[in-house]
Amino acid sequence: MFSRDTWREIFTTIRKNKLRTFLSGFTVALGILIFITLYGMGNGLINTFDEAFGSDATNVFYIFPGRTSMPYKGYKSNRTIEFDNSDLKDIKETFPMFVENISPRIFRSADVVYGEETNNYTTIGVDWGQQFPEETIMMKGRYINQRDVEERTRNAVIGRLVEIDLFGSRNSMGKYIDIGGSVFKVVGVFQDDGGDNEERQIYIPYTTRQLIEKNTDKIGQIVVQFKPELGYVGAMAFERNLTRFLKEKKFIGPEDQNGFFVRNVAEQLKQNQDFAGVLQLIVTIVAFGTIIAGIIGISNIMVYVVKERTKEIGIRKAIGATPLNVISSILLESVFITTVSGFSGMLFGVGLLNWIGNRLKDDYFITSPYISIGVAVFATIILILFGGIAGYIPARRAARIKPIVALRDE
Amino acid sequence: MIEIKDLHKSYKMGSNTLHVLKGINFNVKEGELVAIMGSSGSGKSTLLNILGMLDVADSGEYRLDGIHIKNLNETKAANYRNKFLGFIFQSFNLINYKTALENVALPLYYQRVGRKERQEKALKYLEHVGLKEWSHHLPSELSGGQKQRVAIARAMVAEPKVLLADELTGALDSTTSYEVMGLIQKINDQGNTILVVTHEDDIAHMCKRIVYLRDGVIVEDKEIEQVRASEYVQ
Repeated sequence: MFSRDTWREIFTTIRKNKLRTFLSGFTVALGILIFITLYGMGNGLINTFDEAFGSDATNVFYIFPGRTSMPYKGYKSNRTIEFDNSDLKDIKETFPMFVENISPRIFRSADVVYGEETNNYTTIGVDWGQQFPEETIMMKGRYINQRDVEERTRNAVIGRLVEIDLFGSRNSMGKYIDIGGSVFKVVGVFQDDGGDNEERQIYIPYTTRQLIEKNTDKIGQIVVQFKPELGYVGAMAFERNLTRFLKEKKFIGPEDQNGFFVRNVAEQLKQNQDFAGVLQLIVTIVAFGTIIAGIIGISNIMVYVVKERTKEIGIRKAIGATPLNVISSILLESVFITTVSGFSGMLFGVGLLNWIGNRLKDDYFITSPYISIGVAVFATIILILFGGIAGYIPARRAARIKPIVALRDE
Repeated sequence: MIEIKDLHKSYKMGSNTLHVLKGINFNVKEGELVAIMGSSGSGKSTLLNILGMLDVADSGEYRLDGIHIKNLNETKAANYRNKFLGFIFQSFNLINYKTALENVALPLYYQRVGRKERQEKALKYLEHVGLKEWSHHLPSELSGGQKQRVAIARAMVAEPKVLLADELTGALDSTTSYEVMGLIQKINDQGNTILVVTHEDDIAHMCKRIVYLRDGVIVEDKEIEQVRASEYVQ
């Protein structure tokens, strides 16, 4: 069945029936190409979502203070809620099983001066643990540490672009900068995948910020990083308990939605991932639809091919071809064409996705579309397999035709 | 070589049954050149198709070279066709995208003969029918007579015991028909058994024996000398 002679016979048939071969191969190659392109684009959309959330940890709540919208326990409505140091301590003590890190964030805009250079930047007063939810990457030196917080040091960690703005090509480490009238020593330079804005920020110990602001104990926002093992369901339960706890502590009505706000990154991510997942599912269904269309296409062509060859099959049978000879020659030809064109379409599709890269990112939110080689090969093999079946069914029918009937076919 | 006893064949035509062969009894010895004659619808082609295992009889007995041909599956029938029989058709039935050489070599491919040997043998038989120089031409580049010679070479290449020819001169002009029949006679002179279905008297008269069919029965079966003698008397 797989002798050189058989293959030579098949190649002769293929070579001498170029249009038929081209049509069969083109259908298969196009089916795989469309499948890979669509599937890859789906992955590209997911990449865009992942990238949007990829710069920060996803096991984080950001708690923002607000104003109450209902009177509660003798407190009037429209009361400003502020967080202070005791809130950090209470949360940590009440939920020790859930909290991995907790840090305040005190945002202030300040003019920052080094030598002749002056610029306005956002400074953020943080605890040492803030590095983890922000996923800050240290390029030089270190982040704010526990000693900085406890001793209220005037150490600052500056963003990569702050260093470029103020120091140019010079090294900023150990140099002193003026932040809003207070002198800070640069102890570290960071980068952040969140983009240029995040790299134009300066981290200082939150206790130092409080000291500068008349030794207040107020903090702006609270960032809670929970233990990742909680998972999505655990995170949602923790969010509910934490909200209830803070509402009780701050005398905010249970129904009041405005006293403070919790941004649950895990929940947002889940929603977006669910959306991206549905999108991917739709794209996958459409993509498999193209595979099915390809299968139907190759089936039609094979039926036509066998029909066209009925008389030839009759001649071959009359001079000694067995049903197995007939089936194997049609089947091998079909499998050979689908294999070569299927893998060509696959390689072209993968090449196309590589070429697309980030070209569609800005206009169509498709980032680095890709397909795993396993999925691509699987889809191609499926098409080859069905191409084979598509060839086998009419081939078997043709092999059963009486030679005399086949010979009469015109 | 061929023994037939009480062969019957019918075809269903809608609600009607057409009884084409009605108890044919007939033997062919090795080396004979037999013409099967009859008018259109007499059953001569049906008989040839059954002899060639292209079709099967409803009942009766058929022995080919002593082998009882009955209830053969398609694979076995194909093997017997390949081993025992060579076909020559009125419409040549060459594969149009294969050259003369490839067409002639095809039966040997199904006998698993090696490529080199196939080509040598095919070329030898093409030479035998006077078409060696045309071996690399496609059927579309050949005349009717040349196509029929290719078909004869193809029928002979596997050295079958019996050649079956169905109206082999039906698509040829008279000169070419005599040339082709001359070739058939030459092949027969080498000891090959040949059955020729024809409705042309002059073609039949180039055979050694003539079997006449009418309405599915053999009405006459005579050696050519007897035929000529009776014609002389008339």
